[in-house]
Amino acid sequence: MTILSQILFGRAGHSEVRSSDFAFVFGLRILALAVIGIFISIVVFLYIRSQPVLARDGLQFFYSQEWNPSEEQYGALPFIFGTLVTSLVALILAVPVSIGSSIFLTELAPSWIAKPVGFLIEMLAAIPSVVYGLWGIFVLAPFVREYIQPVLGNNLGFLPLFQGPPFGIGIFTAGLILAVMILPTITAVCREVFLAIPRSTREGALTLGATRWETIRLAVLQTAIPGMLSAIILGLGRAMGETMAVTMLIGNRAVISSSLFAPGATMASVIANEYPEASSDMHLAALTAIGLALFLVSLVVNGVARWVIAFYRGRFNV
Amino acid sequence: MINVARIDQHLSLRRRWKNHFMLGLVTLAAITAILPLMIVFFHILKEGLPALSFEFFTSLPAPTGQPGGGMGNAIAGSAILVALASAVAVPIGVLGGVYLSEYADGQVANLFRWTTDLLTSLPSIVVGLFVYATVVAPFKSFSAYAGAAALAILMVPIVVKTTEEVLKLMPQHVREAGLALGLPRWRVILFVVLRGRLPAVMTGVILALARIAGETAPLLITAFGNRNWPQALSEPTPSLPVQIFNYAISPFADWQRQAWAGALTLVFLVFALNLVARLWLARDASGRSA
Repeated sequence: MTILSQILFGRAGHSEVRSSDFAFVFGLRILALAVIGIFISIVVFLYIRSQPVLARDGLQFFYSQEWNPSEEQYGALPFIFGTLVTSLVALILAVPVSIGSSIFLTELAPSWIAKPVGFLIEMLAAIPSVVYGLWGIFVLAPFVREYIQPVLGNNLGFLPLFQGPPFGIGIFTAGLILAVMILPTITAVCREVFLAIPRSTREGALTLGATRWETIRLAVLQTAIPGMLSAIILGLGRAMGETMAVTMLIGNRAVISSSLFAPGATMASVIANEYPEASSDMHLAALTAIGLALFLVSLVVNGVARWVIAFYRGRFNV
Repeated sequence: MINVARIDQHLSLRRRWKNHFMLGLVTLAAITAILPLMIVFFHILKEGLPALSFEFFTSLPAPTGQPGGGMGNAIAGSAILVALASAVAVPIGVLGGVYLSEYADGQVANLFRWTTDLLTSLPSIVVGLFVYATVVAPFKSFSAYAGAAALAILMVPIVVKTTEEVLKLMPQHVREAGLALGLPRWRVILFVVLRGRLPAVMTGVILALARIAGETAPLLITAFGNRNWPQALSEPTPSLPVQIFNYAISPFADWQRQAWAGALTLVFLVFALNLVARLWLARDASGRSA
């Protein structure tokens, strides 16, 4: 009882002199607890709803490759694989561009250029996922099929990664669209981190005779490594949870393929693709279990990113 | 400032060359970053503008495979979903932000801040699964309520975050002045702090609206969709993003054309909201410093 009253009223509540103030804090605290309650119940409900398949298959669910709803066979490995590979492709493409652009915005461009360019990059994040998907189907996928995949296949075709017929739709194209979508996230965090580095650090390097690039490398990039790391992890989190554009571009096949040109599916895309039409309880449970896994993984990824930022703040006092 | 050009003359050729090369690369990265936006924009305008018509905004979809018709029902459905979601999420979000900014140091407040942080980064499809389990499954029907609930859960953490940040900018002496006049703390918070920062709080709300207006994945499994005008809140409800998705993956050229028109409408809406919010914020900031 005392613990409950401590949670409900707290110290701040008891220190309020007026009863109206007391009621106000009490109300706000109830509201906050309700939101926390919703968060907890997301985990609980997803766990309960995925019980049928988890009780039947146990952990095997997560490392089995067979996904065959008509046979009631459920293995989530192809989707875990698809999520990892598309996110990795997206990171490889987006990270250099993001870090380069944030250097350009904070270190190089005068403010009359940096402001509009920064605004345009932020606007990339405002375009809804489904619009990226639409553009991907009708513009990006044909372009990839006609120009990018033949070139990659002809020159790097000895690698299993770039073998197979060019469909346009597939893991590679999904990773490409994800790269565009996580670019603003990574750029925004990197930009903030670079701006937090004191001017005197840069001036120190310049005084020692460093060129502008050397100043950026020594004073900015090296100082900002933890910050850039957390930016990349946040980008990873965004890429893993992204649903619509990937669903529209990846081809939705539950297979593990060594080629990036092959169709595939991710954890998020299989839910969006199959959940509205799933009818058997076991199928719904399997999709919910994938959702639960996605939820837990994104919690861990974002938790790590925030921890890195907090650690960095504590250490560099910025 | 140091005269960089003078120092430059004494540098070795290699360092000078590397400097120019890397700075060029960085500039190229920035150009690469805004290129996709330009291309997406170009195609949305090119494909979307010719497909726009009065009929598109006002009529129901034509029967499968037939040309003509529009997305009037989807636009109306989206308006209902977003309005319903904000009716729930805005008060909760703003009050939550008030709590974090004004009573920042409790255990509950810390846990709440942590929760909203994690909620912000939650994949939206997961929220859809949760609402399916709590609203759709018990009532055995996709509904506008379910869609709005999913959007509201996505909206609350955004509003909390922006409200908290905006209220923290209110100088402490303003609060002290209110308290010194003998006002109760809750009145100071609501009628001095919150009211004083209301334009900025509204900016946050508008940005949150822009974010959820384009949400598709959770609506697929909560509001679902409908080829008719939205009838009741307890029935499956069409929405613009879901309609764009369904038309984009359809085999009919006319539907694909309409998907572009829908995308143009949606992007225009989202950008207009963003622009309004930013201009509002800029005016608020300049009014503050003046």
